Amino acid sequence: MVDDTLFDAVEKGPRTSRAAPEGVASVPAEVPSHPSVAALRAKFGEAIGAHQLHAGDEHVVFVESSRIREVLEYLQQDPDHHYEFLLDLTAVDYGGGKPLQVVYQLWSMAHHRTLRVKVELSVEGDLTVDSVVPLWKTANWLEREVFDLFGVTFDGHPDLRRILMPENYAEGHPLRKDFPLRGRFSRAEQTRRALGLHVEDNYTDLEMELGKDPQLVADESDGSLPGDEPVVRGPMDAPRAGAAAARDESVGARGDDTTDPDAETEKE
Amino acid sequence: MSTRTVEYAVGRTPEMGVDGQPAYGPMAPIDLPEPEFGSENMLINIGPQHPATHGVLRLVCELDGETVVKVIPHIGYLHSGFEKLGEYRGWNQVVPLTDRMDYLAPLIYNCAYVMSVEKLMGIEVTERCKVVRVILMELDRIFGHLLWLGTTAIDVGAFTPFLYAFQEREKIYTLHESLTGARITTSATRVGGMMADLPEGWAQACREFVDELPRTIDEVDYLLTTNAIHLGRTQDVGVISAEDAINAGFTGPNLRASGVPYDIRKDRPYYDYETYDFDVPVGEHGDCYDRYLCRMEEMRQSMRIIRQALDRLPEGPIDIDDPNVVLPSKTDCMNDMESMIHHFKLITEGIEAPVGESWFSVEGSKGELGMYVVSDGGSKPVRWRVRPPSFVNLSVIPQLAEGHLVSDLIMINASLDIVLGEIDR
Repeated sequence: MVDDTLFDAVEKGPRTSRAAPEGVASVPAEVPSHPSVAALRAKFGEAIGAHQLHAGDEHVVFVESSRIREVLEYLQQDPDHHYEFLLDLTAVDYGGGKPLQVVYQLWSMAHHRTLRVKVELSVEGDLTVDSVVPLWKTANWLEREVFDLFGVTFDGHPDLRRILMPENYAEGHPLRKDFPLRGRFSRAEQTRRALGLHVEDNYTDLEMELGKDPQLVADESDGSLPGDEPVVRGPMDAPRAGAAAARDESVGARGDDTTDPDAETEKE
Repeated sequence: MSTRTVEYAVGRTPEMGVDGQPAYGPMAPIDLPEPEFGSENMLINIGPQHPATHGVLRLVCELDGETVVKVIPHIGYLHSGFEKLGEYRGWNQVVPLTDRMDYLAPLIYNCAYVMSVEKLMGIEVTERCKVVRVILMELDRIFGHLLWLGTTAIDVGAFTPFLYAFQEREKIYTLHESLTGARITTSATRVGGMMADLPEGWAQACREFVDELPRTIDEVDYLLTTNAIHLGRTQDVGVISAEDAINAGFTGPNLRASGVPYDIRKDRPYYDYETYDFDVPVGEHGDCYDRYLCRMEEMRQSMRIIRQALDRLPEGPIDIDDPNVVLPSKTDCMNDMESMIHHFKLITEGIEAPVGESWFSVEGSKGELGMYVVSDGGSKPVRWRVRPPSFVNLSVIPQLAEGHLVSDLIMINASLDIVLGEIDR
């Protein structure tokens, strides 16, 4: 098989996995027992899936996605396990239609024990899993990040919105394998969108609520207040449809010169 | 609406009169409506370009007068997609991405990444390499804490510690440069070893630096630790209890300031940290002042570790002896066929990691730095995930800052020791 060229990879996204993550050579068939996994099996029965050992001493246990909060609550609260730290919450996409994994990395300071809990979500499904923010506040931003970069929805999250990408990012979820490295839109479209932002776009609905008097929010680009006449310096400044329908008339009335500020200054 | 009369001093500045004498204008009374205070809360936007946010952090605050009612942090202004980029690069090619995350302590990131890959591949590095990496990681812990010290002191109005701290950082920059050729973007580690062994005289220069540094630390200590202004600005500001800190995922000095003695170097020791003699400073109150004290003490402890490591620095090779992982020397490539083939294979195909995954964490300068690598048996990671300590630490800032003044918000933000390159990745 001929490998993709570098540029193909940039357009198509990284090649998908060659081997299935399960049933692999480096994972021994006989996994030494882990006290928490044994207890989980006894308590939750069929909700507990495979138990794997990775890289020598890392125990991984798969849990049915619908019962993840129950399982994690038990692991956190039960004095025999007491995983008080949620060290990490992330996701792994193997690509090629394989299920997307949400990964919880736990650490019990009391018992000196680590455990990695995984949930598999079918990429054809709705990619929803219960939020664990009620158990660990750590999960708040970490779940937002997974939502942002992988598109997993966390049920019961208090404030689930994008965190690293801009709020109005429309190209999808960047860390999915089907997402090309350059993004989905052309450079021109990306630039146009970035320049087309208005000051309100930088604030969430909640923040717009907080700033009760929108008159106080000055436009970052030119320092003008929303009530002022809009400054039109180029085609990028054209007001959004609907946001300022009233402005359109005044822009049109100024004539063509307004779209080219340099021409105006030259005349002067 | 009630009114009051305000006297405006019009022409208070003397102007030249007709005869060369200063002439004053008349005092004119003006009727102004009296402003009504406290009628509504104000929305204030701090950042993303603001020196007090230590990078491109943006804080949207709702203020009641000068009191913070609500803080909403916005991040992502420095998002570079490092984790996505890593999926397109070979195992060794990811190393340069890691130091661009935390450019304040780059070597810790370099080391943590290759340690996770080595764990995945089952590689045990040489004794010399272990000790060298311990020295470099502790050196960069000091490096990161010195920057934190300087910038935090500036945020409370003390300028001198900034100059002292940066003078010392300059010496670490020089040590970086003589070892790796770069001052910030070190990229010093490779899977199975280091980019290069320590240059001649490096260990001695490092020892001299460690011998000199306590003087500066003591001077800053003298300037800040009992300084009334510093105490007033930091004590009982941004308090977090031990339970809350654990629940919120605090790690590193921030967690230890709340009284939880969790240090990975002690709890899950790597690279023989259990054989080094050092203490873990633990605070009591969980406020900004305790975080300051913990970091100051940590620098001293790091110096202890570096001294012990320099004493025990063993001779021998720094890279492991495995031609499938480590590049052969150029001389060998030119002289024997086998080395040349290995060189060719390593350059064109890269190292192949076995199928599997590993999660490895080290005690970074900001907290627990976890590296999670997933491999499908190829020469590139399927997933490379960084558990960013300051990302998790920063997420608590709304809880810490609410009810404090805006100036305290700046202090709390500084005391968390964040670096936006790592938060946004």
